[in-house]
Amino acid sequence: MSETRIHQEYVVSGNNFASAGSASEEVKSTLKKIGVASSDIRRVAIAMYEGEINMVIHAGGGVATVDIYLDRVEIVLADKGKGIENVELAMTPGWSTAPEDIRALGFGAGMGLPNMKKYTDEFSIESEVGVGTTVRMTIRFG
Amino acid sequence: MAERKIKCVLDEKALHTVMLDPDKCVGCVTCMKRCPTEAIRVRGGKASVAYERCIGCGECVRLCRHHAKLPAHDSWDTLGDFRYKIVLPPPSLYGQFNNLEDIDIVLNGLLAIGFDEVYEVGQAAEYVTDATKTLMQYGGIESPIISTACPAVVELIMMRYHNLAGHLLNTLAPVDAAAKLAREAAIARGIPAEDIGVYFISPCPAKVFALKMGFGVERPYVDRVLSVSDAYMRLVPAMAALTDIKKMSKMSSTGLSWGISRGEANATEELKTIAADGIEQCVAILEALEDGGMQDIKFIELNACVSGCVGGVMNVENPFVARSRLHYLTRKLKNAPNRMDDIGKTADYFLWEHDPTLKDVFKLDDNRLAAMAKMIEMDSIFETLPKVDCGLCGAPSCSAFAEDLVNGVIPHDTKCPRLGENKEGGK
Repeated sequence: MSETRIHQEYVVSGNNFASAGSASEEVKSTLKKIGVASSDIRRVAIAMYEGEINMVIHAGGGVATVDIYLDRVEIVLADKGKGIENVELAMTPGWSTAPEDIRALGFGAGMGLPNMKKYTDEFSIESEVGVGTTVRMTIRFG
Repeated sequence: MAERKIKCVLDEKALHTVMLDPDKCVGCVTCMKRCPTEAIRVRGGKASVAYERCIGCGECVRLCRHHAKLPAHDSWDTLGDFRYKIVLPPPSLYGQFNNLEDIDIVLNGLLAIGFDEVYEVGQAAEYVTDATKTLMQYGGIESPIISTACPAVVELIMMRYHNLAGHLLNTLAPVDAAAKLAREAAIARGIPAEDIGVYFISPCPAKVFALKMGFGVERPYVDRVLSVSDAYMRLVPAMAALTDIKKMSKMSSTGLSWGISRGEANATEELKTIAADGIEQCVAILEALEDGGMQDIKFIELNACVSGCVGGVMNVENPFVARSRLHYLTRKLKNAPNRMDDIGKTADYFLWEHDPTLKDVFKLDDNRLAAMAKMIEMDSIFETLPKVDCGLCGAPSCSAFAEDLVNGVIPHDTKCPRLGENKEGGK
């Protein structure tokens, strides 16, 4: 028998800031219904929300695929955006593409990707300039 | 401060927040569609409430055009239950009266209609504010701190936002603080404890429920909870007939402003605070907080009712009118809030006596694998449904209908009434 899995797919719209977070909200609701610990739900929420926002701001949207298993959730965020030139640099806490004046206003703190990594148990990112970016995250339920 | 432990149990509410007048209910879907926790179903042409999911916000009472939804509260006859009656008027009460220039008129009016003593909830709110400031520094509460003054919001968090429980401000609600202080003082003056009855005049069913159940307290401090509208009818003629107005009020503008949205947040004197009102906006804030937002914010005040407590469904006045009256009255009051020091208390006195209990009302099954199987079944049922959330089936949305099917709330062969007879509503 195959592993029990709840499969969900969300199209994250690229030009609609207001819809950012709706995928995260649905996933949270599902996790609450199956009784996942609140601390784990919070990790999923933060990682997913950051990912959704990234797709909205940088990539013109994308697709979030969420697979929920008994002991973990696997999230794939795939976009066909402009890609990241230097992934290693993008993963550095505080590194940001936001210009200085924007950062002075408190935006683009450069914590998006590092936070996604911090709150997940497995994190990988593949990106090709002009092709797109795929982020894979796994959160294991404690 | 002691380590904060949150228990996790399922419990049935014995006491109800809202009641239905079946003669007036026409079976429309208005209340069901707008219930923030999807607690209402229309069965047999009448609205029914799953009370374990009800947060007492009063939206259904507010929305029902047929006045079929009634908020639960004690009747005025309960004034006969005790020999020495202490009444606790909330700040929102003062917004109900037209052309009110002096809060003492209301307080004297309360004595005239049968109470023996008045203790302003607004005064107690100032002690709670003072305690809050201490806790914000030394309380070890996760930031941003979420206010616990609105019991509907707290119920919602206990049901749906378990991971925000550590953000809750663990102080007594001002009404409980007022009851505790007033009862203690009356006993100290030699009034027999069994003679004392503490009455609250409530603007909303959520407060009624919270006070009856005793939220964050070992046992309820308030004995009876009356409604603002019942009090209003008696107060108006009594206030008009007053000949001598004694100086009674001890509240400052800080306490009075607790009756409107932002009052509590401003009273903390923190620079970065949020005050959201209206249950839908409260939900939006809680969802965003769960997603890791608002980390720069120090304090969040959430009121289920638009405009704050003046928006409660047991009031008589429009929330915005009442709000403007409170604004006017705050300008007439001194700006020197009561401090805990004045009465020889410290923050400890105003703390929860025990942490509230988390509720698992949205979980499909205690066994996660079984819950997942139900979820998968729900998804496959949902796919067959029209997804228009019409409410015709008696559930507020297609997803709620699917959930009711897998939970066995409705017979497994129940069909979606909008689908043709040949189409299966189930799997």
